[in-house]
Amino acid sequence: MKKLLTGNEAIARGAWEAGVVVCTAYPGTPSTEITENAAKYPEMYAEWSPNEKVALEVGLGAAIAGGRALVSMKHVGVNVAADPLFTLAYTGINGGLVLVSADDPGMHSSQDEQDNRHYGRAAKIPVLEPADSQEAKEFTKLAFDLSEAFDTPVMLRTTTRVAHSQSLVELADRKEVPIKEYEKNTAKFVMIPANARPRHLIVEDRMQKLSTYAETTELNRIEWNDPSIGIITSGITYQYVKEVLPQASILKLGMSFPLPKNLISEFAQKVTTLYVIEELDPFFEDQIKAWGIAVQGKDTFPLFGELLPEMISAKLAPSDQQTCCHATACELKTEDTPPRPPVLCPGCPHRAVFYTLNKLKVTVTGDIGCYTLGCLAPLNAIDTTICMGASIGTAIGMEKARGKDYARKMVAVIGDSTFIHSGITPLIDAVYNKATTTTLILDNRITAMTGHQHNPVTGFTIKGEPTKEIDLAVLAQAVGVDRVRTVDPFALSELEQIIREELAAEEPSVIITRRSCALIEKGTKPPYTVSEEACTGCLQCMRLGCPCIVKQDNKKVSINPAQCVGCGLCATVCKFDAIRKEGGANA
Amino acid sequence: MRNLTNILIVGVGGQGTILASRVLAGVVQKIGQDVKVSEIHGMAQRGGSVVTQVRYGEKVYAPIIAPGEADIILAFEKLEALRWLSYLKKDGNILINDQRLDPMPVVTGAAAYPQDAIAAIKKQCANTMVIDGLGEAVKAGNAKAVNVVLLGLLARYLDLDKQTWLDVIRDTVPDKLLDVNLKAFEAGWNSVK
Repeated sequence: MKKLLTGNEAIARGAWEAGVVVCTAYPGTPSTEITENAAKYPEMYAEWSPNEKVALEVGLGAAIAGGRALVSMKHVGVNVAADPLFTLAYTGINGGLVLVSADDPGMHSSQDEQDNRHYGRAAKIPVLEPADSQEAKEFTKLAFDLSEAFDTPVMLRTTTRVAHSQSLVELADRKEVPIKEYEKNTAKFVMIPANARPRHLIVEDRMQKLSTYAETTELNRIEWNDPSIGIITSGITYQYVKEVLPQASILKLGMSFPLPKNLISEFAQKVTTLYVIEELDPFFEDQIKAWGIAVQGKDTFPLFGELLPEMISAKLAPSDQQTCCHATACELKTEDTPPRPPVLCPGCPHRAVFYTLNKLKVTVTGDIGCYTLGCLAPLNAIDTTICMGASIGTAIGMEKARGKDYARKMVAVIGDSTFIHSGITPLIDAVYNKATTTTLILDNRITAMTGHQHNPVTGFTIKGEPTKEIDLAVLAQAVGVDRVRTVDPFALSELEQIIREELAAEEPSVIITRRSCALIEKGTKPPYTVSEEACTGCLQCMRLGCPCIVKQDNKKVSINPAQCVGCGLCATVCKFDAIRKEGGANA
Repeated sequence: MRNLTNILIVGVGGQGTILASRVLAGVVQKIGQDVKVSEIHGMAQRGGSVVTQVRYGEKVYAPIIAPGEADIILAFEKLEALRWLSYLKKDGNILINDQRLDPMPVVTGAAAYPQDAIAAIKKQCANTMVIDGLGEAVKAGNAKAVNVVLLGLLARYLDLDKQTWLDVIRDTVPDKLLDVNLKAFEAGWNSVK
């Protein structure tokens, strides 16, 4: 049976068909749906781990114990998991272990666009790259076989276009794979230097064997056509090449590391002009050039962003076959259109926090989550955003560089899930090294940006089972923060008062602003409306950056009733009682 | 170029464009064509510019559509129609929901909403069809059914069996919303005389 699946759904299906027993992840676009879908199969244990390092450690534990394990994360997540990954390459596995790295060329939802094929080379593990959903499923299964055959973790590297595109997939049944025997083997699994040194030799020997395997595996294949143009490519770019250069000869690399030197040399000898077409870094190109093979690549195609079909067409297609916009100027012109950046949702509890921080004119170190949008106009309330968990550490550093007085005009903001991910350790640092940092944990009761995943503060597992709920206030106290306050962010004056008090305190403090994400709030409240007579056009409400509040031509405001969720924040900031519940009295 | 149909569905996060693309892909799959869908969702749950791309035919390679290659653009919002216009094929059809949703730079006054987006499009593109999708959805019983009204309109421009559309909608929407959605589909279908 064929089913239309995203690449992520197909990877989850592949894991199931491969007899996987444990799936772990921390959510991150574009990887999230892998584990969400894996959780739907009763045969597989699945979890949202507190962060990617833990996800990999749980996965490798399952593998060492003899079961097959799938660990999924976005590209930057691999940075968090890199420590166990590099050593896992030394120990090897027992049951198969596959690490999915979902990269994001074009940065549709990421803070950088790193090319994680480099991780395969650096950690010395094989990397497979599927080009559509069918391959995503098949390569997942093959990756488990490879993992066990070569006693190595395997990276399955996808990109956003593979992860989030749907294509048809032929389904198969699950093959139950018996849990392998576990035997204590300290020389293999305890990486003290004396044990690790011989393991490094095993790793290098394995790389040799994998290089030999790469020459003959069906993962790498030549599609002969006109030999005047030869193209080496992988992943989604293969599809673009097939689309715009149907006449070209192609070496499709399903295995991106290690590369098949002989196969590439043979291909290079038989074509007139050789191109490497790859997104982001010259990963293939550098290696191929190092072998002394002449090839064109990044001199023709960009180092950044998604590599789109029309770019390949414009450079390499015969002029009569180029896609229209590049053959001649496009006949239809897009007029200047204002951009439509993402916004904090109507009713978002973070809006109240950033409105207040903007009002107080404090420096705000930010973090990764929906609340990063607090950096945009009109809230303009975030100064830095680096990576998951960085906000508190950044604030400590600012204070250490500029002094305690500066810390009185500075806060760190971090979400509930992000705080658990990697915010707790810098908070410990703040206590231990005597910073006076004020930390706002924006607790909206869910991991919101990636689409509402449970986390240790929500009280539910990925499969919806009730579990122990972490109390953030008790946790902060336990690491030594004596000043911990909890406030509803919509209680604006109380929120402002508490922030002022904690900024003044000469010790670390934590303020938990607690209110559910507007999209999981149950029950709709009546929308608010603006009294034309009472509205003075002061535009104070516009400073909230609520997409429902619109400035009229007469300078007064109105509220879009279709979008308004009735949170009432605008009524709270209106000094003239002009904003009221629809059909009701003053708010 | 092989014989493919390229449909671009553009709108604003929260309008239901992704569900619409899934219904279309489901219809195409049922009639045995190869199909690929590409959707990009970014940093927020609501409010951003959203585009989904559906390509179908005998064999589809790339899941994305190049500028100037869309046979049809189905636009859920006027400004988004204008933004993506250059993706339309010469002589392609652009179907526009006559709805204005201000992006944040317009809300804050940093940018202006184009004065007459639809006239600007019509000036360049003869095959422009405009529909009051929201009004039709409200008449059908639920403002949120705009996406299915627009699917009904789209269906009139595609050579795909009407019953298959109805079957896929039946499989896709929850039972309690089925009546409203079937009415919404008919409203879109009947909007072309």
